[in-house]
Amino acid sequence: MNAYLPLLGLLVLVLGFALRFNPMLVVPVAALTTGLLAGLDPAEIIGMLGKAFNDSRVIIIPWVVLPVIGLLERYGLQQRARAVISGFQAATAGRLLILYLLYRQIISAIGLHSTAGHPQTVRPLVAPMAVAAAEGQGELDEETSDKVKAYAAATDNVGLFFGEDIFFAIGSIVLIQQVLEGYDIRLTPLELAVWAIPTAIAAFIIHSTRLLLLDRHLARRAAGRPS
Amino acid sequence: MITLQHIFYLVGALFAAWALLSLSDRSNPKRIGNAIFWGLVALSLLAGHLIGDFANGLLVLALSAIAAFKWMGRGKPSTSDAERAAAGERHGNRLFVPILIVLLTAVIGTLLYLYTPLNRTGLLEPGRETFILLCLGVVLAIAFIFIWLKPPALAPLDEGRRLIDAVGWAAILPLMLAALGLVLRDTGVGQTIGTLMLTVIPEGTILPAVIAFGVGMAIFTILTGNAFAAFPVMATAIGVPVLILNYGGDPAVVGAIGMLAGFCGTLMTPMAANFNLVPAALLELKDEYGVVKAQIGTAIPLLLVNILLIYFLAF
Repeated sequence: MNAYLPLLGLLVLVLGFALRFNPMLVVPVAALTTGLLAGLDPAEIIGMLGKAFNDSRVIIIPWVVLPVIGLLERYGLQQRARAVISGFQAATAGRLLILYLLYRQIISAIGLHSTAGHPQTVRPLVAPMAVAAAEGQGELDEETSDKVKAYAAATDNVGLFFGEDIFFAIGSIVLIQQVLEGYDIRLTPLELAVWAIPTAIAAFIIHSTRLLLLDRHLARRAAGRPS
Repeated sequence: MITLQHIFYLVGALFAAWALLSLSDRSNPKRIGNAIFWGLVALSLLAGHLIGDFANGLLVLALSAIAAFKWMGRGKPSTSDAERAAAGERHGNRLFVPILIVLLTAVIGTLLYLYTPLNRTGLLEPGRETFILLCLGVVLAIAFIFIWLKPPALAPLDEGRRLIDAVGWAAILPLMLAALGLVLRDTGVGQTIGTLMLTVIPEGTILPAVIAFGVGMAIFTILTGNAFAAFPVMATAIGVPVLILNYGGDPAVVGAIGMLAGFCGTLMTPMAANFNLVPAALLELKDEYGVVKAQIGTAIPLLLVNILLIYFLAF
C-alpha cells in the first residue's frame, strides 16, 4: 500500500471544511477514507473511532454548568451583567477584555484552567459585559456586536493556550516530556514550563494591542455616524 | 474515592434528563432527533466504559448521522427578553453570587485540596480534582438558587436544555475530531507529512529548519485541530534529529516553544471545534467562523515570535 494514499483523507477533511459541509459528516468520512486507504477494515476503523471518542469524554464535563447559567439567565443575569458595565464610564470593550486576558492567563498558569471557559465565564459574563461596554462607546449593529462577542471568545482562548503551559502538571508538558524521553533526553516538567513564559508575555502584548485596536475601531465607527 | 466515572454518571444523568425533556417539547418540531441525540450522549457517559469499542463507534456514527441529516431543532424559551431584563432589575447584583459559588468552589476548592493535608484523605481522583469540584460548585449554586428564588422544580434542567439546544451537535464535535486525530496518527499520516517536509529544508543552516519546525507545528495543528497530534510528528521529523541532535539546540526550548507554535495553529482552525466553533454556537454568532477570524490577527504574529524565540533562545 502506497504510504501517500492515506493523505487523501486529509484532502477530504480540508475540502469538506472549505466547502462548508457539516463537520459532523466530514469528520467520519475523512476518518473512513484515511483508514480504508491505509488498509484497515471498516470494523477496525469504527472501533478506533469509538475508543477515541470514549477516551475523550472528559471534554463534555464543562457543559454541567449550563443549568446554573440557564437558570440565572431566566432571572436576568445577562441584562444585569450589561447594566453593571454600563455604570462604568471608563469601561471599554478592549480594556475589559485585556483585564480578562490577564485573569485567564494567571488562573491557567496556576493550574485552574478548567474553572473558566466558554460555558463557565464567556457566555454568562464576559461576552455580555464586553457588548455593554461597546454600547457605551457608540451604537452597535448586529455585525459589530457579533464581532465584540467573537473577540470575547478569542480572548478566552488566547489566555488559556498561552497561560496553561506555565503550569508544569499539564497534559502538553507531559507529552513533550514523554516524546523527548523516547530519545533519551530527560527533562523535568519545570524545566519545560519556564520556557512557556516568554511566549505568554508576547501573547499578552500582541492580543492586548489588538484589543486596543478593537476599541479604536469602535470609536471610529461611533464618530463616523451622526448620533 | 470520587472518580471521573462518578462525574460521568452525574453529567450522563443530566443529558438523559435533557433527552426526556426534549421528547415532550411540543414547540420543537424536530424533538425526536434532539431526544435521540442527547440520549446517545447520555448512554456514552453512563455506559461508554462497558459497551466496547465497536458499539461506541456505532454510537459515534449514529450521532454524526443525526447531525448531518439535520434532524435536530430548537424549542422556544419559556421567558421573553423583556421579562428577563425586568427580573435582572429586581434581583440586582446578587445574581452574580451563584456564578461566584461555582467559580470559587472550583478555584479555592482545588487549591485547598492540593496544598493542604486534605489531599492525604485521597477523597478525589488525582488529576481530576478541578472537574469534581466544578460539579460540586454547580450543585451548591443550584441549591442556593432554589432557596433564594424558588424556581419551578424542572427549571434548571429546562433552562440548561435551552442552552445545550442552542449549541446543538457542536457540543460533541470536539470528541469526533479527537477520534479522527487518533486515526490519522495510527495510520502513519503524520510520519508521511514529516518526511515530506524534510525534503524541502536546505541543509547546513539553522534558521530554515527552525522555520520549518514552527510552521510545520502550526500547519499540522491546523489540519488535525490538535497540537498534541502535531508534536510527536514534528518532533520526530525535525525537532529532535535536526534541531536538537544535529545543531545542538536546547531541548527544553525546542520542546516547550514548539508546542506553543502549534497552539498558534489551534487559534486558526475550525478543526479545533471546542475552542473555535462551539463558542460561536454558544454565543449565537451569525458567522460560525467568527471566532477563528477574530484570532488570526493574534495567531500569525505570535507564531512569528515563537519561531524567533526558538532561534534565539535555543541556539
